[in-house]
Amino acid sequence: MRQSRAIDVSTGLFVLLGLVAIVFLVTQISNREFSLTETSFRLKAQYENIGGLKVGAPVKMAGVTIGRVEDISYDMKLLKAIVTMRIDKRYNEIPNDSDASIFTAGLLGGQYIGVSPGGSEEYFKDGDQFQFVQDAIVLENLISKYLFSQADKAAADKNSSAGASATAEPAPAPKE
Amino acid sequence: MALLRELVAGMRDFLANAGAMSRFFARVLVISPSGFLRPRLIVDQVYNAGALSLAIIMTSGLFVGMVMGLQGHDLLARIGSEESLGIGAALTLLKELGPVVTALLFAGRAGTALASEIGLMRATDQLSAMEIMAVDPMRRVVLPRFLGGVISMPLLVAIFVAISIYGVQLIGVQYFGIDQGQFWSEMRSSVEIEDVREGLIKGFVFGVACSLIAVYEGYNADPTAEGVGRATTRTVVISAVSTLVLDYIVTAILL
Repeated sequence: MRQSRAIDVSTGLFVLLGLVAIVFLVTQISNREFSLTETSFRLKAQYENIGGLKVGAPVKMAGVTIGRVEDISYDMKLLKAIVTMRIDKRYNEIPNDSDASIFTAGLLGGQYIGVSPGGSEEYFKDGDQFQFVQDAIVLENLISKYLFSQADKAAADKNSSAGASATAEPAPAPKE
Repeated sequence: MALLRELVAGMRDFLANAGAMSRFFARVLVISPSGFLRPRLIVDQVYNAGALSLAIIMTSGLFVGMVMGLQGHDLLARIGSEESLGIGAALTLLKELGPVVTALLFAGRAGTALASEIGLMRATDQLSAMEIMAVDPMRRVVLPRFLGGVISMPLLVAIFVAISIYGVQLIGVQYFGIDQGQFWSEMRSSVEIEDVREGLIKGFVFGVACSLIAVYEGYNADPTAEGVGRATTRTVVISAVSTLVLDYIVTAILL
């Protein structure tokens, strides 16, 4: 009887340790956050283009992560992307005229939402929507814009100096 | 010619063995619900397979983690992104190293104990004695040991991974001075719940395989001292190989 109780205690200890380890892995290592009380509130923003923004991307204010992107969907009526963010309850005094822009961390890094505070006296409440947003900068658009502007410039140069000798300016012509 | 004949005979042996083990597995599965009618026996086996393996699992886990910390830091320092140590180590440990190393240790620690125990029962006619007393040794001896191993393995995997991540943290943060917050937040932001699930599923699969092989080899051991020894050896060898093969299959399915 005594021996069997010792076995029970160490078996129980082992099972408990295993469960604690699983809970540790699920809550501390992975990005799933569990809490019994609601410790966050939601904000929404509409974008024309979110670039490579992903669910789980950080929402930052002055570089401090204050929340995460919870959901990204496309609204067929507005023809815009709806991004839902979950913001930590601690940061519940964000002026309601703040703007939310999509930035890229580093040259090839992931994208995040940067919130820069406005000057309003009133704060965002749960479910509010950002009035001022700025879309993601898509590298391809930027490059094509640059190339086309160069091409336009080259064409303009050619027109203005028609007849005159070539100025040997190596304007990068767009391919095709 | 003789070589060819030997090869064919070896193949036949292998097939016969695989078939017998499948039938054995089916039998265990069929009676496995009845095992929970006597939880006492299972608890004893969880103690034997799990609680007694705790020391070796935790020690190995700590050192595997610390080695990952050293090697990972060396590797990442060459490409200048030491902060990613947490991600790399956590994913490697959760998805591959944790389940596989735990299964190998489990086969060595618990599998051999199971095989030799049951084999010795066979050699000393205890199993026959049970049959004479109308006690089914499959239910009384094999099943609780199998279930105990299956229950223990995922828990051992979780403990192993948790301890080894602590070991990585010990080297990365305490020794090399990677920022603590960055280490944890980068790890948390890129490890998904699916990765944890993958590790636990692997733990379960390896648990079934290693426990099954151990009880099968013990149950079918030659009733001699030599036979028990051979059964123990075969348990380790077959468990190790099938763990690695199953690891590939499970990874291919889950990815």
